[in-house]
Amino acid sequence: METPASPTPAQTARRAPAQLDVFRYDDGIVRMFVIATVTWGIVGMLVGLLIAVQMPFWKANLGPYLTFGRLRPLHTNAVIFAFAGNAIFAAIYYSTQRLCKARMFSDVMSRVHFWGWQAIIVAAAITLPLGLTTSKEYAELEWPIDLAITVVWVVFAVNFFWTLYKRREPHMYVALWFYIATIITVAVLHVGNSLAIPASLFKSYPVYAGVQDALVQWWYGHNAVAFFLTTPFLGLMYYFLPKAAERPVFSYRLSIIHFWSLVFIYIWAGPHHLNYTALPEWAATLGMVFSVMLWMPSWGGMINGLFTLRGAWYKLRDSVVLRMFVIGITFYGMATFEGPLLSVKSVNALSHYTDWTVAHVHAGALGWNGFIIFGMIYWLVPRLWRTELWSPRLANWHFWLGTLGILVYIIPMYVAGVTQGLMWRAFDDAGRLVYPDFMETVTQIVPLYWVRVVGGSMYFTGVLLAAVNLTMSIRNAPKLLPDPAVAMPLSPAGRHGGDGGHAALAD
Amino acid sequence: MKQTIFRRHRQLEGWPLVFTILVTVGILVGGLVEFIPLVLVKDNVPRIASVKPFTPLEAVGRDLYIREGCVNCHSQMIRPFRAEIERYGDFTKAGETVYEHPFLWGSKRTGPDLQRIGGKYPNLWHVRHMEDPRSTNPQSIMPPYAWLLKDDLDFAVIPGRLRALSRVGVPYTDAEIADAVANAERQATAIAQDVAAQGGPAGLERKEIVALVAYLQRMGTDVRTSQAPAGATATDVATPDSVH
Ligand code: HEC
Ligand code: HEM
Ligand code: HEM
Repeated sequence: METPASPTPAQTARRAPAQLDVFRYDDGIVRMFVIATVTWGIVGMLVGLLIAVQMPFWKANLGPYLTFGRLRPLHTNAVIFAFAGNAIFAAIYYSTQRLCKARMFSDVMSRVHFWGWQAIIVAAAITLPLGLTTSKEYAELEWPIDLAITVVWVVFAVNFFWTLYKRREPHMYVALWFYIATIITVAVLHVGNSLAIPASLFKSYPVYAGVQDALVQWWYGHNAVAFFLTTPFLGLMYYFLPKAAERPVFSYRLSIIHFWSLVFIYIWAGPHHLNYTALPEWAATLGMVFSVMLWMPSWGGMINGLFTLRGAWYKLRDSVVLRMFVIGITFYGMATFEGPLLSVKSVNALSHYTDWTVAHVHAGALGWNGFIIFGMIYWLVPRLWRTELWSPRLANWHFWLGTLGILVYIIPMYVAGVTQGLMWRAFDDAGRLVYPDFMETVTQIVPLYWVRVVGGSMYFTGVLLAAVNLTMSIRNAPKLLPDPAVAMPLSPAGRHGGDGGHAALAD
Repeated sequence: MKQTIFRRHRQLEGWPLVFTILVTVGILVGGLVEFIPLVLVKDNVPRIASVKPFTPLEAVGRDLYIREGCVNCHSQMIRPFRAEIERYGDFTKAGETVYEHPFLWGSKRTGPDLQRIGGKYPNLWHVRHMEDPRSTNPQSIMPPYAWLLKDDLDFAVIPGRLRALSRVGVPYTDAEIADAVANAERQATAIAQDVAAQGGPAGLERKEIVALVAYLQRMGTDVRTSQAPAGATATDVATPDSVH
């Protein structure tokens, strides 16, 4: 299993002098992505807090640039593509090298990927408040930035696949399957949904119209959830959870079954965002059916995660990393149970357009994505910076503030969603709407919006604590952080022999 | 049998290229099965004869709606439930959205649906509401958009926008594009005069607000003016569980 300080080549050489293939992992790039993750996490959630305040308190809309309509996409883009995105890249760069027993193919490409991605985020942070937007959810960035995303993604893909090609470990561990699915599918979705004709430098119109645009958008939108917020996180879970628990993955067979069914079924589910709209009935029904089917492969991942801890539950007491993973996976289970439910037409008739969706989103986003990310970071910091985590107590505070924060965020949003949904459809005995004035249904839930602000603030405070912990740990780190070296016996093919046992997660 | 599948998979795990190809095929199937019929089969989006492209001013008004992110709070998709039809008007037909690049159906109703807002209020109401939503509804949580009354509308971009729209399939003729600026100015002047005549602020004809108002007043009206729109058959009305 992993040890924080890998042996130096000299030490390894002393042990086994003959026929060694010595190489070094690029951990510098992982450190860069980790720092970017926390930085953008703070920015994205600060914007989230601002829009959370703007909903009950319109005066928090500041001038043209900082109004709710322009900032909401900034929040979603920042948390999804900057916070979760950089975290995914940190995880992929760290684990792929170890699983392949190879350094990333090109250090230059890794840096182009890093800086290109940060530049795209900065471009988003400038253009969205300026009102330069396509308005398609999670694909708001205008065409020049879309092109940049395509280029950077291709660089990432080449770098990743070439590393796979050069690998010394013949067998691809399950985490890598999920990374492959992520890289391919995000590319297809991004290109497919962004096809547009420019009218000027920052204005374009999508080639699709109306119903077709809606279908393509939610094919993209739903699968952005699937292949940006789910599959890379499952891959991450498959690598970091067994590492942190020091236990092999529960079931190899389950991972095969749930991987292929997840990848195949997810794509079909997009139309559940368009239930009862002008989308043809057959398409919406197809989306609903596949969404319900998705429940099983999703829980396959959850079960494989939680059961990996069999016999290791006692470790939770001392490990904030494992506790965050467990809460994260539990919220994944909740969100993927709720999702199929929300896809059922009769439920969606009530939930659609309301804060119920927002509660569902943040159960997934704060619970699953957020906690998996911070669990991973707390595990990585001592290894990447070769120092102790500055304050385990602070990390513990983060865990509790975060967990409570999620609940204080989502519970009032469930209540708000159901309340408003029921008010919209309430008829009196005479067959008239009970609440014909829309604002009546809003004032009813404004107090709940304030409660959400409290929950969001708690979660955000937790993130700030993580940032402090990270900064102080880095300050205690040794000045020089040479890339860890690995030495392996050379086999004739230049590749490492053996079957690389799936269960025994290689170092 | 089961054994062989897992053994085969074990081999597959050593072949990244084959693995990647299989994943690619797997993820393409669902999207294509849903998308291709929607494009090829005409019945999926029944055309409605009375639905026409936006006028040049309405088109740039729509772009302002996009710029300000109104879609983040307002849907434009009335579902076929009694409660929604009662509140917002007739449910939205597929054929009404054929010129909508992009679609603006929205996913969240922090504010009411706007698909049939056209004609619901006078122009002046919209001007006042956009300047300060509290002036029409003291409780409102909608942000104020006062700058729309101050900032000049950029008429010069209109021909380029319409040309781009025609490239993606909106049937604007060359003559219409050539006349677009003059056309937009005529419509803007008419709205501004109406606002002033009702006692609202004068001199709005070159301000952004007139374009937005033009768009809002157009929304959802194409169908209302024609009786029995083609394609809007009774079968479109779902059997909604929420209709009491
Ligand atoms: C924070 C969410 C929010 C944003 C952003 C927003 N609105 Fe609203 N809007 C509301 C709410 C809430 C109401 C209901 C209260 C009222 O009439 O102001 C409303 C009402 C309206 C109405 C009246 C609807 C009716 O049937 O009475 C119109 C028209 C409107 N908004 C247009 C817009 C436009 C155009 C934009 C973008 C420039 C916009 N809104 C942005 C929340 C929002
Ligand atoms: C401090 C933490 C956060 C706060 C206070 C917050 C707040 C908000 C608010 C107020 C909205 C708008 C809801 C609406 O329009 O009704 C929103 C939307 C959204 N947020 Fe967050 N958020 C936070 C963290 C996150 C994180 C970490 C993620 C993702 C990883 C995320 C993803 C989203 C998404 C995807 C939406 C759009 C939902 C939809 O369209 O239905 N948020 N958030
Ligand atoms: C089996 C898995 C899942 C299914 C079937 C599912 C289904 C759904 C459904 C039906 C909606 C509501 C659509 C609407 O009425 O507008 C929705 C919204 C959403 N879900 Fe899930 N969900 C699943 C898992 C997740 C997970 C794990 C996340 C991770 C964060 C997530 C993120 C979102 C987001 C961001 C939205 C809001 C989209 C929008 O309207 O902008 N979902 N999902």
